[in-house]
Amino acid sequence: MSPLLDARNITVKRGGRTVVNAAHLTIEPGEVLAVIGPNGAGKSSLLHALALLLPVSFGEYRWMGRPVNLPQEALALRREMAVVFQEALLLDGSVLENAGLGLKLRGQAASAWRPAAQAMLDRLGIGHLAKRSARQLSGGEAQRVSIARALATKPRLLCLDEPFGALDVLARHALLKDLKGLLASEGTAAFFVTHDFTEIPPMADRVAVIDQGQILQIGTPHEVFNQPATPLVRDLVQVAHDLVRTLQRAE
Amino acid sequence: MELIGQGIVKALEMLVSGDGELWRIAWLTLRVSGTATFLSVILGIPVGVLLALTRFRIRGFTVSVVYAGMGLPPVVVGLVVSILLWRSGPLGDLGLIYTPTAMIIAQTLIATPIVTGLTMSGIQQLHPKLHLQILALGASRWQLFGLLIREARLAIIASVIAGFGRVIAEVGASMMVGANIVGETRVLTTAMVLEVNKGHFDIAIALSIVLMLLIWLVITLLTRLQQGGRPL
Repeated sequence: MSPLLDARNITVKRGGRTVVNAAHLTIEPGEVLAVIGPNGAGKSSLLHALALLLPVSFGEYRWMGRPVNLPQEALALRREMAVVFQEALLLDGSVLENAGLGLKLRGQAASAWRPAAQAMLDRLGIGHLAKRSARQLSGGEAQRVSIARALATKPRLLCLDEPFGALDVLARHALLKDLKGLLASEGTAAFFVTHDFTEIPPMADRVAVIDQGQILQIGTPHEVFNQPATPLVRDLVQVAHDLVRTLQRAE
Repeated sequence: MELIGQGIVKALEMLVSGDGELWRIAWLTLRVSGTATFLSVILGIPVGVLLALTRFRIRGFTVSVVYAGMGLPPVVVGLVVSILLWRSGPLGDLGLIYTPTAMIIAQTLIATPIVTGLTMSGIQQLHPKLHLQILALGASRWQLFGLLIREARLAIIASVIAGFGRVIAEVGASMMVGANIVGETRVLTTAMVLEVNKGHFDIAIALSIVLMLLIWLVITLLTRLQQGGRPL
């Protein structure tokens, strides 16, 4: 079966500086690919590039095995995906209107988008907030609305740009669990940018380590943690190893 | 004080008696400044949004020109429009000098930089990633512009209020390109200048009361629009 997304020679430049220069990246249907790396490594720029939100140069961009003609097909392809940012970025209006915005932008009538948006809010446990103003939500609630808004469009690929970064540990844990369940039940693939190692094992099928815009290693979480391919990857996973060792000693 | 009292009495008399000339002048004032504000909205909002969202080589220079335009003296605009529309000028064949159309052109040039500059800063005050989020939700370019304008509408309507307030209160450009011709290009501000020059302070006070009422009415309507319900 063809990968959902197969991108080669991905180059993103900002202010004349190359911030992403990745040779090859694939995302399989239904898989969660986590991306980790130090600050400024180019993780978010890579996500924005794959989601076609930046002026970007691809050697080749294939979607479900088919070469995509960019930028002509960018809008059609963006409607196959969704992005959740670190900030909820809700618009002025009710929670329900926000959750249904992606469907409205695709031309759906209120009779279609309202029940779909309400159903997704219900699945994320915030259906009771539907009529509330989006300006009156807590950080955790707002991020749940943002995820409901993204998933209501039934994307094939969900791009998550450090979506739990602004949440406290309890809200983060609860949302992580719900999101994992939703992705699995919908069969949605995810490209998950994080700097928190603890989020990787419960979420990711594979991990990519990135630094200075280049992909240093891709593999299962087990492979990357136990067989780091470069000194930088070893340094990055060392934190997780130290945590495990500390816990073992405590036991 | 007696003069002011007489002026207010005269104003009430003119308003209550339904003075035809007064209402004609008031209507022309509203038509000229309203049309100019409308045109400045059509021109200024799209340009303001584009300036806020795009990066190009001479953007900094363009922004400085727009901001300088916000303080453009009406007499300078009046001079430029007069030269262009003068009978022997480059657009003289159009025969627009000393017409309400010439006044609308001049006032549009005054209001457009205000609407453009304040729209741009209103859009720039939104979260820097908001436009990426809207695009990521599957918005076309036009849908993106529409949603950003909606999100920044408080600032944008404030820009319209500022633009309208500037042009309805200006006198220099209207005097230069309209010439204050009775029954044709006389608006409230130019009529006030004329009446003061003639020593008719009571009529000038009456005109100023009508002008203030007009401004208050339009600004109140725009403010209601600005502060009203906020559905998506």
